This record gives sequence, C-alpha cells and structure tokens, in this order.
Amino acid sequence: MKKVFHSAEQAINGLIFDGMKIAAGGFGLCGIPEELITALKLSGVNNLTIASNNAGVDDFGIGLLLQSKQVKKMISSYVGENSEFMRQYLSGELEIEFNPQGTLAERMRAGGAGIPGFYTKTGVGTVIAEGKEHKDFNGQTYILEEAFVADLSIVKAWKGDEEGNLIYRKTARNFNPVAATCGKNCIAEVEELVPVGSIDPDHIHTPGIFVNRIFLGNHEKRIENMTLSE
Amino acid sequence: MWDRNQMAARAAKEIKNGMYVNLGIGIPTLVSNFIPNDINITLQSENGMLGMGPFPSKENVDPDLINAGKQTITELKKTSYFSSADSFAMIRGGHIDMAILGAMEVSEKGDLANWMIPGKLVKGMGGAMDLVSGVKRVIVIMDHTNKKGESKFLKKCSLPLTGKNVVNSVITNLGMFDIAEKGVKVLEIAEGSSIEDIKKSTEAQIIN
Repeated sequence: MKKVFHSAEQAINGLIFDGMKIAAGGFGLCGIPEELITALKLSGVNNLTIASNNAGVDDFGIGLLLQSKQVKKMISSYVGENSEFMRQYLSGELEIEFNPQGTLAERMRAGGAGIPGFYTKTGVGTVIAEGKEHKDFNGQTYILEEAFVADLSIVKAWKGDEEGNLIYRKTARNFNPVAATCGKNCIAEVEELVPVGSIDPDHIHTPGIFVNRIFLGNHEKRIENMTLSE
Repeated sequence: MWDRNQMAARAAKEIKNGMYVNLGIGIPTLVSNFIPNDINITLQSENGMLGMGPFPSKENVDPDLINAGKQTITELKKTSYFSSADSFAMIRGGHIDMAILGAMEVSEKGDLANWMIPGKLVKGMGGAMDLVSGVKRVIVIMDHTNKKGESKFLKKCSLPLTGKNVVNSVITNLGMFDIAEKGVKVLEIAEGSSIEDIKKSTEAQIIN
C-alpha cells in the first residue's frame, strides 16, 4: 500500500475517531508533529487521550488542542509551560496522569514491543506507586508499570523516504522513535521526503515497518526558550 | 553564607574526571560554569543528548538542539544523540555517575520533594523521579530555609515525594551536608555561617 500522502489532513483521514488514544513525539516544542496537531484541531475530533511528554504552550503544539477543549486526558511528565492547561486542570475540565519521564518513554517502548508491563524502581515510595504491584528483585523494591498502546501515533522526523524509513535530527529525536512504535497506526511528518534508496540503511532510526503514512510538512519549529552565550 | 554561584561552585568540586553528570534546572545549571578546565566530564541531557556544549551564539541557534530546560544549546565533538527510551536506560540503568538537582524539601532520611505543591503548583516531575532512583550519587542544591524562614531540611517531608531515601548530599547557602545513617552530617560550613546558625535553621537531626 502506498504510504505517501500529500497533506496532514489527507493523512489523518479514516484514522481518527472521538475518544481515541494518541501517542505524540516531541519534547517541549522540539520535534513535535506540528501539522498533524493542526489537522487534528481542524478535524474537530474530541475526547482525546494524549500521551505526550509535554502539553505544548498556550498557542502552539498540543496547547492548540487544549484551547479548543478537544482533550479529555493528558499523560505527561511535565506541563509547566502551559497556563491554559493549568486552568483547565485546576477547574476539573481536564484530567492529567503524571508519568515520570523515563516511565512514559518505556511505556511507549513496551507498548510497541509487545511487552504488556515492566518493573521499575522509579516512583517507589511516591504517589506514583500507589495502587501498583510492588515486587522485590535482588533486595530492591520495584513497581509494575503497564505498557501504553495508542490508536494512533503522530511523529515528526527530519528525513523520511517513501517506505516510511525515518531519520531524526539532534534532540528533535526525543520521544519520536518510541511513540512511532506504540500506535496501531503511525503517521510521520517530515521536513524532507526522499526517494527510496537515498538514505543509507545503516543510518535509519525508525524502520518503515512502524510507519503507515508519511507526508512532507512545512514546519515553523518554534523555539521555546532562546538562550544565548554572553 | 553562600550565594547561588558559590553553591554551584561547591557542587562542581564533587565532579571528578571522567564522570557522566546530569544537571537539573535552576541553580544546578550554573554548576557547569565552575567545572575546572583540566578535567574531562560529560553532561547528559535527559531529552536525548550526551556531551552538552555551552549556549549558542545568535548565529548558531538550532531549534532541533535544546536541553531538558528547553534552552537552546550547542553540541561538542564527542556529542551523541538518542531517543528518550535510550536516555532513561542510561539513567535508570545506573550508567550516570551523578545528578545535581534542586529541591523544595529534603528529609534527614534522604527523601526528596521537588515536583508538586498540592492545589498550587502542578507542573510534573519530568525526569526527576527516574534520575533519583537510578543515578549513582544524588546531590541537592537548595536554600536552607524558605521565604518565611522555615527550614527546608526536615525530619520528614510535608510535600509529595520525588523519591524516598535517594539524596546523598545537600548543598545550601549555609554549607554542605551528607545524609548519613543516623541523621545529617555537616561536612562544611559556609563563610559567615556557623554550626549554631545551621542548627537553628535545620529541623532535621544533625549528628556532628
């Protein structure tokens, strides 16, 4: 089946429904699937559960979906840069499940790898451990965390080819490779869409088997916290 | 009394040649300014980078290159990039030698609270819970007391924990401390402070 689509709007067609679970790549505003987020907003799909390390800022990234109240629940590790998020959360309109950052990454990795759960030391003795199975290994206590499987993964890569093979650039890689694996379907938006054979097979980060649809995007790549040397 | 820079400089003395170190947001970020030139260390940024360089000049800003505080950053010759899953394999797997973090409260047992004030501040723990449970040595930098003058160095934390029994050492404006078996051990007293000042400002059990 042909994987290449011509726009975000076209790429999400047939893959979205109210109440669905989405896994999104990105860290802060770095490496986020900008065009797919906008397409989801325009589609009006709602009651979304979104697993994403952050929730964007008020007027960019996943913040756009919060603005239009399309999100029911966020699964994130840090949401400090979004005041609309805070408002909706404190007023009870929005649900949040905080996951430690490494636990969130591993839940996606496990979800994509067919591993239903894993034990980790992270969060033992904190509210994160409440209600979870505890088990000792070699004299240390661990908690059971469950894998995350999404209905749809949305990721952003630097380069991709017509087979869906992806390469990320610098720290824009972040959650994208694990998010790509944990969706029943995955859509990738790329800055450069190249013919098969143009990427050295040894340099591919995400093999095309994980990617169902791919399109060439036009990215703003907004900087959240510009910091310069003196 | 130590200021922010002096606390950061004191923490930098704990970093030894060859170490892989993760620096948290805030005062811990300043620690990198005080690492001596004659030692070779590698800074890890949990968003997926080993070998973090200094902040960029205006011409070198790259939106694809940020640290865990979302600040623009540069790479070094030795830099490598990886996914969040690999990043936390390094952290959780015990491959990082040291983490230096900020705190709202620390207890005499080494419990740390730095991610949430119920009903007020709900930002999230980011990678802090993973770091304190997986990194070999955890150093906290914080003010000894809060704005009301109340001790942040407590018998028991009042805020939701980031980790239980995870802090090894604490650096405050009053000095440097180790979390020992039976309480808090004063290792160094800041200039202008005294053991009496420290005892007055510390709720935790001091064993010196």
